[in-house]
Amino acid sequence: MTTKMFSDYGMVLVLIVLCIFFSFLTLNEQTPQDSDAIAGLIERVTTEFNKSDIILVVGAVNTGSEPFAEVLGEELEGEGFSNVRVVVGIPRDLRLALDDIRAKGGVLAAIATTGDVPKWLVIELMPEKYPEFSGCKMLAPKSYMWPVFLKRSNLLAIVDRIVVIAVIAIGMTMVIITAGIDLSVGSLIALSAVIGTLLMKKMGGLQAPGWVVLIGFLVGILSCGIVGGLGGFVVARFKVAPFITTLGIMMMARGLAFMITGGFSIYQVPKALPWLGQGRSLGTPNTVILLVVLYVAAHIFMAHTRMGRYIYAVGGNEEAARLSGVPVKRVIVFVYVINSLAAGLGGCIQASQLNTGTPSIGVMYELYVIAAVVVGGTSLSGGCGRILGTLIGAFIISVIQNGMNLLGIESYTQQIVLGAVILGAVLLDKVRSAGAVPAFLSRKNKVLD
Amino acid sequence: MEDRTCTCIPMLNELVFSGQYVESVLSCELRSVRMRDVLTYSLAMLTCASSPAEPVLYLMIMMAKDPKRCNPLLLEMRQIDKSFPGVHALKNVSMKLRSSEVLGLVGENGAGKSTLIKVLGGAHLPDSGKILIEGQSVHILSPTAAQQAGVSIIYQEFNLIPELTVRENIFLGREKTRMGFVRAAEEHRKTLQLFSKIGINIDANTRCSELTVAQQQTVEIAKALSVNAKIIVMDEPTATLTAQEVGRLFAVIRDLKSHGLGIIYISHRFDEVFEVADRVMVLRDAEHVGTEDINDITREKLIEMTVGRPIESEFPRRSTNPGHVRLRVEDLCRGNAVRNVSFSVRAGEVLGFAGLVGAGRTETMRLIFGADKPDSGRIFIDGVETDIHSPKDAIRNRICLLTEDRKGHGLVLIHSCRENFGLPNLDRFGRGVFLDRRKERREFSGFVESLRIRVSGHEQLVMNLSGGNQQKVVLAKWLERNADIMIFDEPTRGIDVGTKYEIYLLMNRLLAEGKAIIMISSELPEVLGMSDRVIVMHEGRIKGEITDMANATQEDVLSMAMA
Repeated sequence: MTTKMFSDYGMVLVLIVLCIFFSFLTLNEQTPQDSDAIAGLIERVTTEFNKSDIILVVGAVNTGSEPFAEVLGEELEGEGFSNVRVVVGIPRDLRLALDDIRAKGGVLAAIATTGDVPKWLVIELMPEKYPEFSGCKMLAPKSYMWPVFLKRSNLLAIVDRIVVIAVIAIGMTMVIITAGIDLSVGSLIALSAVIGTLLMKKMGGLQAPGWVVLIGFLVGILSCGIVGGLGGFVVARFKVAPFITTLGIMMMARGLAFMITGGFSIYQVPKALPWLGQGRSLGTPNTVILLVVLYVAAHIFMAHTRMGRYIYAVGGNEEAARLSGVPVKRVIVFVYVINSLAAGLGGCIQASQLNTGTPSIGVMYELYVIAAVVVGGTSLSGGCGRILGTLIGAFIISVIQNGMNLLGIESYTQQIVLGAVILGAVLLDKVRSAGAVPAFLSRKNKVLD
Repeated sequence: MEDRTCTCIPMLNELVFSGQYVESVLSCELRSVRMRDVLTYSLAMLTCASSPAEPVLYLMIMMAKDPKRCNPLLLEMRQIDKSFPGVHALKNVSMKLRSSEVLGLVGENGAGKSTLIKVLGGAHLPDSGKILIEGQSVHILSPTAAQQAGVSIIYQEFNLIPELTVRENIFLGREKTRMGFVRAAEEHRKTLQLFSKIGINIDANTRCSELTVAQQQTVEIAKALSVNAKIIVMDEPTATLTAQEVGRLFAVIRDLKSHGLGIIYISHRFDEVFEVADRVMVLRDAEHVGTEDINDITREKLIEMTVGRPIESEFPRRSTNPGHVRLRVEDLCRGNAVRNVSFSVRAGEVLGFAGLVGAGRTETMRLIFGADKPDSGRIFIDGVETDIHSPKDAIRNRICLLTEDRKGHGLVLIHSCRENFGLPNLDRFGRGVFLDRRKERREFSGFVESLRIRVSGHEQLVMNLSGGNQQKVVLAKWLERNADIMIFDEPTRGIDVGTKYEIYLLMNRLLAEGKAIIMISSELPEVLGMSDRVIVMHEGRIKGEITDMANATQEDVLSMAMA
């Protein structure tokens, strides 16, 4: 069972290795900033200090410690501390505050803070610069070691980044299993986003109710489906190479997206638009829920329905499938329609994430989608591949990008690394599945006298 | 050869002087010493007073009794053993091949013939064993190494590139060049030399796509000769040839023999083995059953060795009792391939279709099955005119077609047995929208048992099965359909005797159930042995029909098919 698991989803290993690798490299000191940390600090302050002591609460601007400091300050005042002073800003703000306290002749009892603030130069130099405050105590929650990569916010960022590609990759997997390819998905993202948002703009713009968003999405997705159906028909009926057919559609769809909007972005969108791409339900981001639902459904579809089996058969041997009574043309049209619908949905998610409809989004996405599918173990020659493999492929790509961002690798280098990893992953898969172990590594060689 | 004689003389001396004359004969054989040299040696020994005369005389008598021993050993494979995961494909198999000899290699599908040949050709490495070519131990690690060692293998699927000319194909990868430019004239001259050597007449500048299968085969042979092959292996060379072409191929083989080459000839057609081979080697269940001189063995004995049990008749008997007309075809036409074909077939009857390759038999069946669109014609099923536009329609009307090209049209090779079995039957395995895989497995298990399909499991990929078992998977998928009209296009091509017999028995069982069977076959004994009536086609037309099967001869069919 495990062997089958690994042979089907060998890329799981690669993904796990990548995650361990990036976790290891981004292992860093973390300071807690949640409500438990605040409560802990308040308890220390109330037990160790008098209500009239001067307490400075410091938060660094634009970091996690900013809301931390504000909440902590309010709560301390609520506890009855009268001389609490909240400073949120850069180190200079802290220095000014200290100067101010000294000028007024006050004695600083404690500084309560979190994050990187205790490492600020001002604080390190306090004993020299502010000898009057020698009794001042530094209060900060206990720090611990944890990889930045594995922080909840980062993991969600990985999903956010890949969700559009992963959704489209479902359709692309089906297309590639039939030994086809679809280059038009990047343009269809733009087309769907533009059509959808334009409709929302016409139906009320900013003030439009939530159901308008739904209508916009549906129309955007369906128009992509129609385009995909046409492409599939050309491929199935006239046997035009899918590469060329979808190349043509790719250009036309992109042109159409620009033509519809006159080249501009559409900003007059309803307030409900970001719900899909940025909102949460039951504490989980909607994108995560969407991904799980779609992948589970697609997996069941491919493995347990007649159409799923037909898709594999058409890719494995089209003529044999036809002679076994498989409606080959219908299957081909079907996969292109599904793929285009997925691309349309991807466009809606993208529009929702960006809160606009822009005709220039989704450029090059088709290549990332294809990369995700191929890294996921689907063969471009058709007939084999797994939906869940594709999900893993998409995550491998996203994890690599995210990890390199965390490590501060510049984008040019990132491209090179990403390309190499995609190539390497596919090579690894080929070698593993073909058992093409080079002759000099083969143990059996020795037996040959 | 000179130096080899020299190296063997001390050893011969030793053996002869110690009285081990049997060993002395063997060692000559193993070292590929030309018997002529041994004769010289023997005479020298006889004239020498001190040598014992007895062993030397024995040597000479042995040679006189069996002149074939005079041909040096070209190839020896010793104790070759090979396992694949789950299969022991070869169990200590040894073979010998001499120069100027044709060795027939027969065995059921899956007996290990292909594996043995692939070991020789460098496609597989043996787990243990030794290969000697002209007495030298060689390591054949790759197909290129095999070629360098003088081994050429001509597979059923040719390795010619259709869009290149004959000359270009022969010199592919070894082009004669001067400063990077191909010396076409030089190549052309060499090609003609090769062709004249084996007595064939093909224009070296034709593209291979324009050649017949038989011509392509001769080009492959010429290509093998051009790399100085000493050993040529032919894997089922006659599977797609007509009778005339087979005759021509045999002439070429005899010619190669006269040039001192050794030929390994693999075939399921015993007639041909008896005609062309000098010795025949039988493999069964990965083991070497025996190697016999062709003159010392009867056809019945060979079949028994191959199958492992005696078979009383090649075609099982049945009582025929045709019922109503299941299928009637009127004036079916498609271009030049099928011209005004009309016939009918009854329930419980086998209608044989004979003719040359390309006579329009397969094309006719494809029209009936909806695989191609007819220009005109009408199809009646059980007396009702039926429109068939696609294979799906045909299947719905309870017709099925076992295609001639099993791998190309019959199976999805990269999928499992179960998936292939299920493909036309998914509507039967439905549970709402979803597939009932349990039912699919159960049904397939039934067929694995009843058809005795040898698979390691339901999920084994079809491409890893032997030809006979692949055909059984195809049979299973159509039997599950329970069609009334079954079209078998070359149902036993490339299939061993034992499995053939099983398929014939199965056909009889289907007939008893009231099904109608149309069988296309290029093997005349099969057509005559299995059919109730035979239709002979020629150039797209029905040339004639044979109804008196008891007195029909192969000549009757051939004369209709050729004219």
